[in-house]
Amino acid sequence: MTTTVETPLLAVRDLRVDFAGPDGPVPAVRGVDLTLHRGETLGIVGESGSGKSVTALSVLGLLPGTARVGGSVRLDGRELVGLPGKELAAIRGRRIAMVFQDPLSAFTPVYRIGDQIAEAVRIHQRVDKATARRRAAELLDLVGIPAPDRALDSFPHEFSGGMRQRAMIAMAVANEPDILLADEPTTALDVTIQAQVLDVLRTARRETGAALVLVSHDLGVIAGTADRVAVMYAGRVVETAEVDELFAAPRHPYSLGLIGALPRLDGRGGPLVPIPGAPAPMAELPPGCPFAARCPLAEERCSVTEPALEGADGHLAACVRSAELAARRPAPSEVYPVPELPAPAGSGDRSALTPVLTVSGLGKTFPLLKGTVFKRKVGEVYAVDGVDLDLREGETLGLVGESGSGKSTTLFELLKLGAPETGRIELLGRDTAKLTRAEAHRLRAELQIVFQDPMASLDPRMPIGGIVAEPLLAQHTPREEIARRVPELLRQVGLDPEHAVRYPHQFSGGQRQRVSIARALAVRPRLLVLDEPVSALDVSIQAGVLNLLQSLKAELGLSYLFVSHDLSVIRHLADRVSVMYLGRTVEQGEVSAVFDRPRHPYTRALLSAIPLPDPAAERDRDRDRILLAGDPPSPTERRTGCPFRARCPRYAGLTDPADRARCEQERPALDGAPGTDHQAACHHPEPPADDHGR
Amino acid sequence: MTTTVAEPSPSATAAPRATGRGRLVLARLLAARGAVVGAVIVLLLFALAFGGPYLTPWDYAAPDFSALHQPPSAEHWFGTNGVGQDVFAQTVRGLQKSLIIGLLVALFSTVLASVVGACAGYFGGWADRTLMFLVDLLLVFPSFLIITIVSARLKSAGWIAFVLLLALFNWMITARVVRSMTISLREREFVRAARFMGVRPLRIISRHILPNVASFLIIDATIAVGGAVMSETALSYFGFGVKPPDVSLGTLLAAGTSEAPVFPWLFYFAAGLLVLFVLAVNLIGDGLRDALDPTSGARPRRSRRKRRP
Repeated sequence: MTTTVETPLLAVRDLRVDFAGPDGPVPAVRGVDLTLHRGETLGIVGESGSGKSVTALSVLGLLPGTARVGGSVRLDGRELVGLPGKELAAIRGRRIAMVFQDPLSAFTPVYRIGDQIAEAVRIHQRVDKATARRRAAELLDLVGIPAPDRALDSFPHEFSGGMRQRAMIAMAVANEPDILLADEPTTALDVTIQAQVLDVLRTARRETGAALVLVSHDLGVIAGTADRVAVMYAGRVVETAEVDELFAAPRHPYSLGLIGALPRLDGRGGPLVPIPGAPAPMAELPPGCPFAARCPLAEERCSVTEPALEGADGHLAACVRSAELAARRPAPSEVYPVPELPAPAGSGDRSALTPVLTVSGLGKTFPLLKGTVFKRKVGEVYAVDGVDLDLREGETLGLVGESGSGKSTTLFELLKLGAPETGRIELLGRDTAKLTRAEAHRLRAELQIVFQDPMASLDPRMPIGGIVAEPLLAQHTPREEIARRVPELLRQVGLDPEHAVRYPHQFSGGQRQRVSIARALAVRPRLLVLDEPVSALDVSIQAGVLNLLQSLKAELGLSYLFVSHDLSVIRHLADRVSVMYLGRTVEQGEVSAVFDRPRHPYTRALLSAIPLPDPAAERDRDRDRILLAGDPPSPTERRTGCPFRARCPRYAGLTDPADRARCEQERPALDGAPGTDHQAACHHPEPPADDHGR
Repeated sequence: MTTTVAEPSPSATAAPRATGRGRLVLARLLAARGAVVGAVIVLLLFALAFGGPYLTPWDYAAPDFSALHQPPSAEHWFGTNGVGQDVFAQTVRGLQKSLIIGLLVALFSTVLASVVGACAGYFGGWADRTLMFLVDLLLVFPSFLIITIVSARLKSAGWIAFVLLLALFNWMITARVVRSMTISLREREFVRAARFMGVRPLRIISRHILPNVASFLIIDATIAVGGAVMSETALSYFGFGVKPPDVSLGTLLAAGTSEAPVFPWLFYFAAGLLVLFVLAVNLIGDGLRDALDPTSGARPRRSRRKRRP
């Protein structure tokens, strides 16, 4: 194991980081060993609180003063831990460069992008200003920013999120470092932008020959980019292996659970495999294996001593039963208890089902105002501009779109239960424009919402019993009924009714989202609007919430309007899907039809941008990957013709001027083959599927 | 900060069945030692103020010419002043006035400030503009002058009118702060969630907005108690508010300050009681704030330790 001739570029040995806490030091990293070779990509994956970012930051000595770092980090044999700040500063940026998660706060807002990149160049190289500026332009060109000479003089706020992240990468590679540390570089970005940025990272790595450390919670991103993967749990590496090996035959039950808990884009999943429980708090870790309490394979010896990270041929795992896992290669569902989910209702004739929500031609504009005293209108933002939705009883409709596509505005227009600006909303067969106030109030009981962030949507000052009772109070339910219903609801979502007296902050993220769901179910609604209900949760927790949603739907006959940017989740849960771009519905239909045979080029690009948590399948897909150019255009202009054409690969490939003119002048309508539940708003859609499709 | 509760486990001690927020807050308040001590002190002060006159044969106004500037003795417990009045009788009489004025002014002004501020912030638009115009108007009025003018005419209405006047000129800045806090709370998701659930606006204000600005309101109210006693003193000094021969703690302090080095009993008994009063109110305020804020204090940590054997 230690017979490598070549010294590794970066060797982390027994790294330990403690943070000062109110009750003594709290460990964040507890003995991490990592080895990075030249030109290699190492993926570090783990859930929040697993210590993956702290590990990355401690390599550069960027941790706050309350952190105590122990162990050794050697760069080319030179010890970095305990190095004085001045010498570390010579290494930062020159040898090891960092790409941060939030590109907005990583740039100084008052300096121009070009000056900031030139500054990074001039810190480590003795060049004059003009050379540094030329170098900055080259770098921006390398990361694919259009018109780099102009971009040099832009301020950070003038860049979109994806452009800022590219500029960040340009700054990181300015001095051709040996190691690029990327800490969740794409977490804040949309999928199509994420695909661009990952592509830029690969380019930058190829051009500079640097090794890349990619820290992410997203197994898909890791699978598509990394050569080797380290899985972290509770401040330790629990498994490390070549990427193919790890995904094909994980030897630690935690890695196995993570893979099983992830909904997949390419599979219509049965129940997901949730990892029970929540991560143990770092302040009071039990003796023995920290995962033992959640592990279905735990034995008595697991709670005695913590297993060491060991194994053969580069595949190490910290589990006493790793040999058994390696030999047996079980599927996640064979190891973890899989909840019984009632079978989904047969997809019979949709038209026989009662419509729950019908939206046609919904539009909403916001005025752009200027001036402080006298506000005058200088323009309009077309936030929603032609949305059609159709949701029937017992169905789940997935609403997909990137940020700025008008998903949230659509939801708020629906929830307002008033007259929409343009278009028509019918909820349970009633036109919302014609409702009186009392009727609207009664109709609210039929329509409830679950928000994205379970912490923000629960009043921190109210015990959860009161939170769950709130919609009942609003509907004037008698007191005895409320007292009876609250424990029942808490039990229904898998919480202990005794916990009704606790406050939201005493619960973990997944449990809070369950409270949120219980609140929404309190008045027995028929339609539940789920606004990104799992995107703030860790993968292992997310699976439990998704399973809960699925079983509640079957049990209570609910309909879901499920809004998400995560197509894998939509694929897993939804019956039908509706794709939005720039405030319009561009494609809708039955979920397998849309996902397997997308007809709109935007949907195709969106689907191909999602990384699969499976390296082998990911390489297969590489051949027909569609990378969208640029960012979504501003919604302040209402373009004639198709709004997508500026980024459309299909439009770019059209040769006949008449075809092109049609895209430029005529706004495409949702259209599809009669008799099938699949429509796309494109003049030149992909041909409908023949039998060779999946 | 966030303490995570373990999955439902049978080992967790059986929680009380009460789920109402009111009862929870009350239970937390009673468990806070400081708040209970503060409440007991305030109650004792009330008992002293209203029971005190019956304990002593002396009247607060009637002079005892045989004892001028006498130090505390068995006869005159707190001594006498320059005209032979009994300081104990005067102090308890003054305490009556100051307790009532301090607490009521703080209560009225805080309630007014929270209602106006929360309504202005929550409803926005015209309601906001009208209410804030009113606030600005009252802020630019020289309140001292108005109180002096009006209180002369309200002589017959007595101390309650005086309390209302003091409260009326004491709430504006608090209201402005509450308004701006409300504006940021209004956009929070839990308020939005309540709105989509069909909860009526005034209910949202009382159930969600006010509890979330409570920390500020309570601190402000405890400061206002001391402030009200002092501004009453200032007015009394100029001959408005409490008029001689009637006394308040403020007038006693004003009279005793100059003589404090020579005749300390004229000053320190009144001053001590005032300090004790403000301190007790602060203790209650701290307890109430912690009781309303579930993330504060050592209570959750203590209970967590209890759960682990």
